[in-house]
Amino acid sequence: MLDYVWLVPLFPATGFILNGLFGRRLGKKAVSWIGPSAIGLAFFTSILIFFELLKRTPSERLFEKIIFDWVVSGSFHTVIGYQIDPLSILMALVVTGVSFFIHIYSVGYMHDDPGYIRYFAYLNLFVFMMLNLVLANNFLLMFVGWEGVGLCSYLLIGFWFEKDSASNAGKKAFVVNRVGDFGFLLGMFLLFTSLGKHGIWTLDFTEVFSNANKLDTATVTAITILLFIGACGKSAQIPLYVWLPDAMEGPTPVSSLIHAATMVTAGVYMVARCNVLYSMAPLSMAIVAMIGVATAIFTASIGFCQNDIKKVLAYSTISQLGYMFLGVGVGAYSAGIFHLMTHAFFKGLLFLGAGSVMHALSGELDMRKMGALRKKIPITFWTFFIATLAIAGIPGLSGFFSKDEILWQAFSSSHGHFLLWLVAAVAAGMTAFYMFRALFLTFFGESRVDPHVAHHIHESPRIMTIPLIILAVLSVIGGYVGVPHVLGGANHIHEFLAPVVGGSEALKGHAAVSLIAQAWASGGESSAHSAALELLMMVISVIIALIGIGMAYLFYIKNPALPKLMAERWKGLYTLVANKYYVDEIYQVLFVNSIKKLGVGLWKGFDDFVIDGTVNGIAILIGWISGVMRRVQTGLVQNYAFSMIVGGLILILYYIVRVLFY
Amino acid sequence: MTIPPVPPAFYLVLSGILFTIGVIGALTRRNAIVVFMCIELMLNSVNLSFITFSRFLQSIEGVLFAFFVIAVAAAEASVGLAIFVMLYRSRETINVDEVNLLKW
Repeated sequence: MLDYVWLVPLFPATGFILNGLFGRRLGKKAVSWIGPSAIGLAFFTSILIFFELLKRTPSERLFEKIIFDWVVSGSFHTVIGYQIDPLSILMALVVTGVSFFIHIYSVGYMHDDPGYIRYFAYLNLFVFMMLNLVLANNFLLMFVGWEGVGLCSYLLIGFWFEKDSASNAGKKAFVVNRVGDFGFLLGMFLLFTSLGKHGIWTLDFTEVFSNANKLDTATVTAITILLFIGACGKSAQIPLYVWLPDAMEGPTPVSSLIHAATMVTAGVYMVARCNVLYSMAPLSMAIVAMIGVATAIFTASIGFCQNDIKKVLAYSTISQLGYMFLGVGVGAYSAGIFHLMTHAFFKGLLFLGAGSVMHALSGELDMRKMGALRKKIPITFWTFFIATLAIAGIPGLSGFFSKDEILWQAFSSSHGHFLLWLVAAVAAGMTAFYMFRALFLTFFGESRVDPHVAHHIHESPRIMTIPLIILAVLSVIGGYVGVPHVLGGANHIHEFLAPVVGGSEALKGHAAVSLIAQAWASGGESSAHSAALELLMMVISVIIALIGIGMAYLFYIKNPALPKLMAERWKGLYTLVANKYYVDEIYQVLFVNSIKKLGVGLWKGFDDFVIDGTVNGIAILIGWISGVMRRVQTGLVQNYAFSMIVGGLILILYYIVRVLFY
Repeated sequence: MTIPPVPPAFYLVLSGILFTIGVIGALTRRNAIVVFMCIELMLNSVNLSFITFSRFLQSIEGVLFAFFVIAVAAAEASVGLAIFVMLYRSRETINVDEVNLLKW
């Protein structure tokens, strides 16, 4: 079965070709079958491969399938090849699984859209590219997937391209992502050349990581920081997060799939994949962790003052991605990936729930015009409620286990620090607050719905509610694969990922790596000592979450007038946060305008003057020379004959002189 | 008494004189037909030197080339005269100075 790994990306690719090229001829009905079933088959294949992999012993869980040679140039050799190991198969399962349910949901959600066929073609292409990203066995193919998902993201954000705001948001996402991709590319080049200095010309993961100990720390730090810039772009971290809130212009299932559950987690996956390199560069890890935790708290605070339900979820996504980076940044790669997985479930569900609310309210997004929807759309409410509990970190749901794992590692890991934990814990409380604020504003209190809209509020059709229910179930049980030891669990996901992220045997020689390996090994022994501490931390984080929920309850149910009073009391602060700290405006002035000015300067100064001047100057010069030279063309045959004879005479003279004098 | 054979240099000098006359005529005269005759004169002076060398070197190639030159000259004469006829019909002159449409 492992040999058939190429089937996993092949199914979505086939779906894309069928829908994209023949969709119009096949008709809407066929497209609604092809789109989801292509992903369903890929999901099914991934499950089979997963169980096949489980049969092997943990140390043998690595399989590479080379499809064909791709780039062969001198001693450099890259293949199109897929790699199956615990990390990649887990990602493949999350990607295909979540996208399968979102595809089904989309059949209902997008049903009346004129771009229905185009939509499914793009969505299939996205899944294909995402699978290339996570299954690739070398950096180059991973980069193809990386760029491919960026393209699909651009196409789907600007899906309703007639709207100016949508096409602008698409462009913004693309341009900001290019900044990150530039870092990724440079990191890849640097890795390639610095390994090449040791005679190893390769971008293959296995070879790169087993030879990484040949690199010195400074080089590895530079490589990992450059790669992390790529991750910042793709996974919307400070300072490149600005595109993600705008990306909400796309259809809601797209926001759910691409801009919450899968694509934006690519950066986390990439850092976890390169854990060998990051472990060798403590400085890079510290940067990753600090950027992660800063993003988590910064964007959580923006989430306080957003009134658009999708914008709240967007900032929440950025904030949660910050958590994942905090996790991988302190060396807890499996915790980061664990949170990636549970986040895919509950954040995917939250977006689909928001889509269902929009469906009920004829496209209304403003939470100030919602309220009291609990009774009218019960399935949406309950699933949304479960996801909110999960993201807030209420014990027993998936978000609790994964978030707590990260918080604990941020505190206890050898790369961790008390301050990292403190900020992350405060951000967790803020998460609980703004998520419950969204929940209360949408489903509780008094109805503020527009009377025109109010009389036809309806629950979504079953094709939309069933994916909601399935994802809600996953949001609850998804966490039980990673119950920590201290709660009597086995932490299966940690064990499962250990062969990939637990530090490679070949690297034991490297000082920094062996330090981590020791910390890793001693983690098991010292767990008894720190169990009490871990439990205490857990209780504290739950209390913080409960405080956040309580505040939300106080503000939005008990005393709905309070938020307005607070906003007036601290008017300056409120305006600052409500305007997203003016980050977009600052970027506009700093980058957009200055680049525009540079462009205009180059256009007028360099292009018009230097380039055009050179080209036109040469043309004028040639014209002038021709003007002089054409006098030769007298039109008199005898002149021509004369010049011919003069030429002949000169030749004769030359020979005579030669004979006479030499 | 026997007349001694004419030395080859005499023929070559004659050929050179004829060629020079041809060149000067072709460059200075304005009547197209005269120019044309001068060109024929140059060709024939070359023929004369061909024959001389052929005889002097005891080789047949020179004679062969002379025949080629005669054949080409004949062909050239027919084409050239046809051009002059057409020229006269359109411009009513065969003065080469007035036929200068192809100048700058």
